[in-house]
Amino acid sequence: MESLILVLVGVLVAVATYLILSKQLLRVILGTAVLSHAAHLLILTMGGLKKGDVPLLEESEGPYTDALPQALILTAIVISFAVTAFVLVLGYRAYKTNDSANFDELRGTPDE
Amino acid sequence: MSNMIVLPLIVPVITAILLVFLRENVFLQRIISLLTLSFVVLISVILLLEIQKQGVMRIDFSGWAPPFGILFVADSFAMLLVLVANIVAAICLLYAIFSIGKSFEKMYFYPFVLLMVAGVNGSFLTGDIFNLFVCFEVMLLASYALISLGGDKVQLREALKYVLINIVASWIFLVALAFLYGTVGTLNMAHISVRVMEAGANPLITTVALIFLIVFSLKAGLLLFFWLPGSYSVPPTAIAALFAALLTKVGIYALVRTFTLLFPTNTEVTHMVLGIMAGVTIIAGCMGALAGRDVRTIASYNVLIGVGFIVAGLAIGTESALQGVTYYLMHDMVAKAMLFLAVGMMMYVTGETVIDKMSGLIRNYPLFGWLFFIVMCSLAGIPPLSGFLGKVLIGQGAIEGGNFVLLGLGFLSSLIVLYSLLRIFLSSFFGETIISLEDEKPLPKRMVLPLTLLAACTIGLGIGAEWLAPYVTDAAKTLYTPSIYIDAVLDGTTWKGEVNK
Repeated sequence: MESLILVLVGVLVAVATYLILSKQLLRVILGTAVLSHAAHLLILTMGGLKKGDVPLLEESEGPYTDALPQALILTAIVISFAVTAFVLVLGYRAYKTNDSANFDELRGTPDE
Repeated sequence: MSNMIVLPLIVPVITAILLVFLRENVFLQRIISLLTLSFVVLISVILLLEIQKQGVMRIDFSGWAPPFGILFVADSFAMLLVLVANIVAAICLLYAIFSIGKSFEKMYFYPFVLLMVAGVNGSFLTGDIFNLFVCFEVMLLASYALISLGGDKVQLREALKYVLINIVASWIFLVALAFLYGTVGTLNMAHISVRVMEAGANPLITTVALIFLIVFSLKAGLLLFFWLPGSYSVPPTAIAALFAALLTKVGIYALVRTFTLLFPTNTEVTHMVLGIMAGVTIIAGCMGALAGRDVRTIASYNVLIGVGFIVAGLAIGTESALQGVTYYLMHDMVAKAMLFLAVGMMMYVTGETVIDKMSGLIRNYPLFGWLFFIVMCSLAGIPPLSGFLGKVLIGQGAIEGGNFVLLGLGFLSSLIVLYSLLRIFLSSFFGETIISLEDEKPLPKRMVLPLTLLAACTIGLGIGAEWLAPYVTDAAKTLYTPSIYIDAVLDGTTWKGEVNK
């Protein structure tokens, strides 16, 4: 199961890399969103996947499940949600003021 | 007493939220934000004195004993940086109050600055590596907002690049955290250190260490600095000065913590890579500073030279080099804020950014001219200003450690810094004045005041070095001997048992 998820992580990273390397602003932003999902899955897998154990120390016989990765992912999801929302708005404003969503045209000129 | 450690994070956050509701009342916003930063400065002085008495302090949130809960750890190194960062932030805020304009102030400028400072303080103080990630994000989100505030064409364009680079860097941070947690099974920095020492020079751990190196280099502008000159030259002066003073320094702080505390085992690999990266950064920064014709570009590349020099001290890694790192970090915050403010003021009075188009400013604004002279000397490391001691100590460390390449590069870079700034000084401040008395834009005293205060800080740091020495020595000792930090966080006996096992 773990190796299957890791393959999925790899696929997500590949997709995200493709999107980020494209020249359209919106694709790049979507790429960063996909990238963050890959990271969340990776953290989940690192903590070990579901085995049916409870995360309550001393309340059961053991073995116990590690509940920390879930807490980490929750935090990371909230952060990536906020950042994605922000960057979408920023991208929209940049598109409106610069009249372009293409990174070739957003490069800027050397004399500036 | 140890509850006070959380105040540098929590007080700016609370006042930032409060200020959101005071949007229309700009006057009150100014007063409250300045008072907040001064309060944090006061708290850090008290904590610094307390640390000398009772050693490294910590607070476990909700009473979760380490290594299970999140905690804040205050050692001399972190506290000195919090102290200087907040002094510099307060002075930059003072400049912003006089210069930034109502439109910014009503668009939540002060709440953003306070949130950024909160993130910076949190990053310095935290003892949990995931919490470090969270504090980084708090700081970065506020900086994203600050860099795009105003919404010029160029600004939005550069802001977009800055944000995207940092999102990718944060992603690498998460990946590194995932691997670290998978390898050592803990997030408490002291506990990680113990587990890493237990494992010895494990190749997997070295790989994780190198991933962390990439993350923090991106944030600090070490080698991976391609985003820095662009994004530091677009925001208004006060914001650019805050960025130059604080943001890269947090990255350097994280590098220092990572490679003194977290991964002390395989130093021949990690410190060699650090050394190479520092050397290349110094060279690239020098080339940029020499080639630049725009004052903002020259200033941005000077930031890079500073980063390279400090990390060179870390790569050398002897105790006196670490003392130098501590001194130089404090100096660099003050001096870079001062340089960016000075550059911003040059642009304000002339409306130009290219050095050849300015001339003879010292005739029109003598005080400002001499203040620029002080920044220049301070950055070049001329005694009795603050840059001197840091350079001497890092140099001494390099000789002790036999690292002559970095020594040579570091001291040559001082000459380049001097030359690049002297070029601005000669072409823009000396020479025939181009501004006639009628056209002369008045430079109000209150705008020169923040620069004067920073000049006082740099002179004070230089002359008061003797007075600061006990704190810096303590900071370097804690960095050099991680067991002091670990003892303070974990119960001394248990972790030693774990290592011996």
